[in-house]
Amino acid sequence: MVHLKINNIPVEVKEGSTILEAAKVAGINIPTLCYLKEINEIGACRVCVCEVKGARSLVAACVYPVNEGMEVFTNTEKVRKSRKTTLELLLSDHKKECLSCVRSTNCELQKLSNEYGCDENRFKGARTECEQDTSTSYLVRDNEKCILCRRCVAVCKHVQDVAVIAPARRGFNTHIACAFESDLADAPCVACGQCVAVCPTGALHEREEIDNVRDAINNPEKVVIVAAAPAVRAAIGEEFGYPIGTNTEGKMFTAMRMLGFDKVFDVNFGADLTILEEANELLDRVSNKGVLPMFTSCSPGWIRYVEYYYPELIPNLSSCKSPMQMCGAAIKTYWAQKEGIDPKNIYFVGIMPCTAKKFEKTRQNEAASGYPDVDAVLTTRELAKMIKTSGIIYNELPDGTFDNPLGEFTGAGVIFGATGGVMEAALRTAAEKITGKPLDNIDFKAVRGIKGIKEAEYDLNGTKVKVAVASGLTNAKKLCEKIKKGECDYTFVEVMCCPGGCVNGGGQPIQSAYVRRNTDLRSKRAKALYDEDKKSAIRKSHENEAVLKLYEEFFGAPGSHKAHEILHTSYVDRKKK
Amino acid sequence: MAKKIDVPFNGTKEQEEKLRAQLAQLKIEHDGKGLMIAALQRAQDIYGYLPEAVQQIIADELGVSLAEVYGVATFYAQFSLYPKGNYKIGVCLGTACYVKGSGDVYKKICDTLKIEGGQCTDDLRFSLDATRCIGCCGLAPVMTVNDDVYGKVTPEEVEGILAKYMN
Repeated sequence: MVHLKINNIPVEVKEGSTILEAAKVAGINIPTLCYLKEINEIGACRVCVCEVKGARSLVAACVYPVNEGMEVFTNTEKVRKSRKTTLELLLSDHKKECLSCVRSTNCELQKLSNEYGCDENRFKGARTECEQDTSTSYLVRDNEKCILCRRCVAVCKHVQDVAVIAPARRGFNTHIACAFESDLADAPCVACGQCVAVCPTGALHEREEIDNVRDAINNPEKVVIVAAAPAVRAAIGEEFGYPIGTNTEGKMFTAMRMLGFDKVFDVNFGADLTILEEANELLDRVSNKGVLPMFTSCSPGWIRYVEYYYPELIPNLSSCKSPMQMCGAAIKTYWAQKEGIDPKNIYFVGIMPCTAKKFEKTRQNEAASGYPDVDAVLTTRELAKMIKTSGIIYNELPDGTFDNPLGEFTGAGVIFGATGGVMEAALRTAAEKITGKPLDNIDFKAVRGIKGIKEAEYDLNGTKVKVAVASGLTNAKKLCEKIKKGECDYTFVEVMCCPGGCVNGGGQPIQSAYVRRNTDLRSKRAKALYDEDKKSAIRKSHENEAVLKLYEEFFGAPGSHKAHEILHTSYVDRKKK
Repeated sequence: MAKKIDVPFNGTKEQEEKLRAQLAQLKIEHDGKGLMIAALQRAQDIYGYLPEAVQQIIADELGVSLAEVYGVATFYAQFSLYPKGNYKIGVCLGTACYVKGSGDVYKKICDTLKIEGGQCTDDLRFSLDATRCIGCCGLAPVMTVNDDVYGKVTPEEVEGILAKYMN
């Protein structure tokens, strides 16, 4: 242990700790901009500078290791002045449209500038000029708001292993770019949006579709249907001041109705449907010696990763559409027929914790009715924005519920939003199908938790099933390499593109670097889902009455010809040759 | 930001083999780490510049992304992303030339040829670089085209000078 004083307060911390960490122990916060715990520790922005007794100059607290007997001062006049100047220099080359910026009131640069009383016009000089990159359907990059903290670059490389963006050129010309200044659409980007989730400013944000949705709602010819992914309910409350991990599902349903949606279904229903199709496909592959291990296909970022980086593993991907796409496909075929509505007039909106879903809806083979399965995708943030701008007082709403029949869901559908959830839901169903009798214990705890890679083995009536679960593409890569080299014998592998699964997706409410390093967002949000599963009366997808009815009235059985036509899809090799 | 110019890439199989062999050697010498700059230097020695196809080879061999290679290649002034043209234009941006207006001359050349410093035209006829003092400050502002030196150049004269090299 090391002993030191921070602002004359004695603290004892582990050897190798930084000043930033030691200060937290003393109850003192040091502001940061570029620092992201364990992801971006580069001491570049100089906002965290502190005075160390005996040191020649100010030091960067986020990377400066503590020493025995050290005396640190985090709040002297010299320190405050330096931080303020640094912020003012950043502001001198920042597109200051703060009043209307998508990140206003949730911008780390804005917050610090305000706290330090910065003069945003103190330094006048050359400004970086560049066009916004709006080449993709999911993300907008605005380098004029970029402060070059490199948090996006670090997350893209170290967490997601794709590194499609990097700093280019030098000095005043430094900017974050794709290789050879190409548009993001031409780069092998997986669309996960983790860069958006860690951006301290408005330089990165999702491609908004709120106006399209409002137009549809205002169009009397359209039947506008909304459905939210499992993970949305675990996080949308954060946008309205609820503690992280509060499930506000009931208020969300009420708010959706107030926004003018004609029907409020639920993607959890699609999740249950996915399980039936996926479990059936898995059993089919096992008994007919198909390609194994089978990969889950719910996460569009993961799909893009396989398509760009491991096309040789495309045959391992389940052909099942994602729960969102299944929902849309079922609505525009089964439900449309049942209600006598022309699918042309149905407008289906998915509310997603994800930016890649905005891409997924544009994929080939995702239009079972002849019209796109999904018409618009809003992130959790966009739904919250829509609710706020509609004057709906979310916190005071009574709890509502979903509409039938495509809203009904089980506990198994709910846990899809957390890493290991799809695996557990599939195991609950597959196990009972194989053994033919109800499970004694339906909690598959070995696949829960936020560990990057989880493995488990189950004996189902003599059939050995070895499974693996990975979240975050750096972890997925490790599995892919092992599988490619034939070093493992998994039967079924679940991969979620974002670390922790969809609860931590790129479309979820943005939390500052401070919150991210002091709170485990992933576990807290996941707990909200597991709690809901626990208290659900029905916790197995194959016991979802509405899903069973759907098969009885429409598809026949899981894996039927009709189910294949409507609920399954295909993939593309995108690797640059 | 500098707009990308599509220049035909005429790398040979021999060049590629040479590069891959050198990269393999470098990987052994450097124990697989910290060899990006050395790799780019070898590639530039072989090809004369670092086009996308060459940077892609380096990315694949080193196990990093193309964006990262591009980031390093554009950081250091010693690396060129474009080949030199048949006519290498240099404009002195040293102090004396600059105060006499070489910045305007430089900009006029950029606008006329639709390239930026460090780039070449897509027909490989011209390439443009900013130079330091070439030792004839009395003639400021100075531009050169291969071995020809032009003194006291004005932006208005640029098109006429370039026209001499058009055929």
